[in-house]
Amino acid sequence: MATTVIPFGPQHPVLPEPIHLTLKLEDEIVKEAIPALGYVHRGLEKLADIRDYHQMIQVVERVCGICSMIHGVCYSQGIEELMKIEIPKRAEMLRVIWSELHRMHSHLLWLGLFADAFGFESLFMQFWKVRERIMDINEATTGSRVIVSVNIIGGVRADLSPDQIRWILSELDIAEKEIKAMQDTIMNDYTVKSRTCGIGVLTKEQAHELGAAGPMLRGSGVAQDMRMLGYGGYSEIDFEPVFETAGDCWARSTVRFRETLASIDLVRQAISKLPEGELSVKVKGNPPEGEVYTRVEQPRGECMYYLKGNGTKHLDRLRIRTPTFANVPPLLATLPGCELADVPVIVLSIDPCISCTER
Amino acid sequence: MQGKVIDVTLDTVVGEVMNMKNDGQRLVTFSTYQEAEKKIGILYHFDKDLEATHLRLVADMDKPIPSVSGVYFAALLVENEIRDQWDVKFDGLVLDFNRSLYLDPEVTQVPLVSNVKIEPKK
Repeated sequence: MATTVIPFGPQHPVLPEPIHLTLKLEDEIVKEAIPALGYVHRGLEKLADIRDYHQMIQVVERVCGICSMIHGVCYSQGIEELMKIEIPKRAEMLRVIWSELHRMHSHLLWLGLFADAFGFESLFMQFWKVRERIMDINEATTGSRVIVSVNIIGGVRADLSPDQIRWILSELDIAEKEIKAMQDTIMNDYTVKSRTCGIGVLTKEQAHELGAAGPMLRGSGVAQDMRMLGYGGYSEIDFEPVFETAGDCWARSTVRFRETLASIDLVRQAISKLPEGELSVKVKGNPPEGEVYTRVEQPRGECMYYLKGNGTKHLDRLRIRTPTFANVPPLLATLPGCELADVPVIVLSIDPCISCTER
Repeated sequence: MQGKVIDVTLDTVVGEVMNMKNDGQRLVTFSTYQEAEKKIGILYHFDKDLEATHLRLVADMDKPIPSVSGVYFAALLVENEIRDQWDVKFDGLVLDFNRSLYLDPEVTQVPLVSNVKIEPKK
């Protein structure tokens, strides 16, 4: 049978950011997918040469807007490990609260986009309506809706007042109710299931071998989440990873949906265990010679930072491995055998963040 | 650094990576740094049940490094990224973007190596 080559992207309705896939098809069936990146590469790692280790927080927060808080956490805890700084317990728990709020608004954003990808516009609007509550919490507590910029080396720069905590808890109660109202639709609706069940299957073995991360990994039955490492305030709270076993688009969306509810629980736990105390410790000197390998769980999965200090205010090397970078090879494995019409849904099911990937 | 670090050489890197795969390790990624002038350090990061293990390879930048993309397919992206950023070649890369994963053809500067110029592509 003749092979047809279809270019997918870099501009496509389901892609908020540009990635190109060369799809080779026989009839309507994808036989091979070859990626092309480089449309939004910024070389942010190189900025470590000219920005000092404090200023680099602002840079890493801009690796990705949606994951900005957790990039800041990962970088900060890496520098703190390198400099052997112990941050106050209150700061650790505040980082958990804003991290989980970030995870919630990221997943709600994605759930809306996913619904939009298969034409379920009202579901898209409902998810984004709930997301606004989370964005309002970010804005009220930090001054910004997306890039909250609360991390500093040695702690955080913002606090939560008792009034704000009461308001956050009441908003989360409402958000939880609104999210649960959509549970039956996103998990059981005929339209949703017909576009997601059995589509883009990644087996447990493939997910492991291809280095998948986050909901892509957990949707294939691997119950692994970097929060299980107990970094920062996560060591103080009860956490169980959410996972599904089907390995298809439905499983990945269900993992993200259930994680959104789990994040509400984690915020409540963190608030209940929020100790009194300082927000930060004073940091003196420069990162010494040495290496640090640190990992956190972002909404899209495991994020890794490698930092190499040289005793000056500039790092010798900053290396960032984001979850979408890890999820591109698994995506390439899920596409062969699918129909062309399912490609947008499968691509979106990895929650692609290309600015993260290319940095 | 968290996790065990094992030193490898150009001759042993593929075998050691194969051993990691047989041990059920998940490839997380590689990290690179400049070890000395014209020498690159590569850390191959692995994970098994949240325990990290790293292989450290120090190699000359002007000599090809054996690709491990035949062992772990996922290595192809990071090896192409290193090719772009350090102008280091990999032998046996399963999909070689030939220094164009991120970079435009007219680029003449190697992004992460100072004062090294390369020929623009035609």
